[in-house]
Amino acid sequence: MSKIIAKDKEIAVPGETLAKGMEVLPGIGTCRDGENIMANRLGLVMIEGRTIKLIPLSGRYIPKTGDTIICKVVDVSFNGWRLDTNSAYSAMLSMKDATSDFIARGANLTQYYDLGDYVVCKIVNVTSQKLIDVTMKGPGLRKLKGGRIIEVNPHKVPRIIGKQGSMVVMIKDATRCNIVVGQNGLIWIDGEPLNELLAIQTIRKIERESHLSGLTDKIKEFLEKNGGKLTG
Amino acid sequence: MAYKQRIDGRGFDETRPIEAKVGVIQRADGSAMFKIGNTWAYAAVYGPRNLHPKFLQDPQRGILRCNYNMMPFSSSGERVRPGGSRRSKEISLVTEKALLPVLDLEEFPNSVVDVFIELPQTEAGSRCAGICAASMALADAGLNMKDLVCAVSLGRVDDKLLIDLDYSEESYKDGPVADIPIAMMPNSSKVTLLQMDGEISKEELMELLEKSRKVLMDIYEVQKRALKEKYHEVEV
Repeated sequence: MSKIIAKDKEIAVPGETLAKGMEVLPGIGTCRDGENIMANRLGLVMIEGRTIKLIPLSGRYIPKTGDTIICKVVDVSFNGWRLDTNSAYSAMLSMKDATSDFIARGANLTQYYDLGDYVVCKIVNVTSQKLIDVTMKGPGLRKLKGGRIIEVNPHKVPRIIGKQGSMVVMIKDATRCNIVVGQNGLIWIDGEPLNELLAIQTIRKIERESHLSGLTDKIKEFLEKNGGKLTG
Repeated sequence: MAYKQRIDGRGFDETRPIEAKVGVIQRADGSAMFKIGNTWAYAAVYGPRNLHPKFLQDPQRGILRCNYNMMPFSSSGERVRPGGSRRSKEISLVTEKALLPVLDLEEFPNSVVDVFIELPQTEAGSRCAGICAASMALADAGLNMKDLVCAVSLGRVDDKLLIDLDYSEESYKDGPVADIPIAMMPNSSKVTLLQMDGEISKEELMELLEKSRKVLMDIYEVQKRALKEKYHEVEV
């Protein structure tokens, strides 16, 4: 007889028994130990039919193929650029993936991307040893000029973006800022200084209250209340 | 004079008051505080991070680096000289070994997880408090873990078997003393640290280990509650 012990949307700590019996299946963040299903990390319990999984709430970014991320150029080599991905591993942007321009042999690569520049790029490959290849060819992938970068918990990024980008579009419209959200937890904001500040406050609010339902309405209200101070 | 009663009036199987909190250091990836009586431990976890120097890297898994540090005027005795010492190096090493069995760092080859344990004030049982705080901080950092680790010191003062010795008991002069820090993974009851200083018979040691199980489970409950509370606050 299988029995689910943990409650839906409850916090589970590592080692906690979530369910007993072989009829329940372990999902992400859980593992089977004999008859029991145990939590493998700290997370929010989600029960989906017979499967039990954990949604991570904290932790560093783990690079995944297909993610669009914001990176900082930390080194320039013969054949490309090394980028800091805000994770334990750096990414390589090769010359052929960086631009469609013709780059002459021996050209100074810093005229394209210099040390300290921020770029939006997409991960094309992650190896088992976590060597990361990124590309700059694709819609929206570019060098970021001006603005400012803030860092958020990468696990809250889906909430900041919202369903089909609804949340970030709302912030963009209300604050008249350009915003790019990287899945690695770096966010670029460019606009009038006061507007930028409001955008940052809004993002921090989302980060703090990401568990709540009805978050979109709350944020809308927050933006309307504070929108009067906006300039530009 | 035989040892009849504990100075602070606790029962022989009782710990000092325990307090735990998670998420106490904003800049860290994971952090926790663990207080047991006058021994306070703060742990901060940074990582997984890029590991340098490169020769330390392990291409199969990430490595764990612990750093135990007592603050200069943290103990009741002499000023502790800042920086590493033989003692702090040893405790850093045993802390690392006590935490490694629960951690799964295979997902992070060539990287490092740094744990910094700071003790602003201590009164015996500091390595145990450090391990408790560090295990909560690692969980808070979102790392894959099989279990938490809870630790407590056991001991013998004169002819009595005690749990969670304080400084006056550790330094008891009128009879034999044994101080035994133990760390355990509560769900599997596996021991990850067992050290001893002093003298004790085999039977007494076995009795103490048996007694420690209940106390460690109580500590586990405190740790669990602290971890859940951090996110509960956000939820409400």
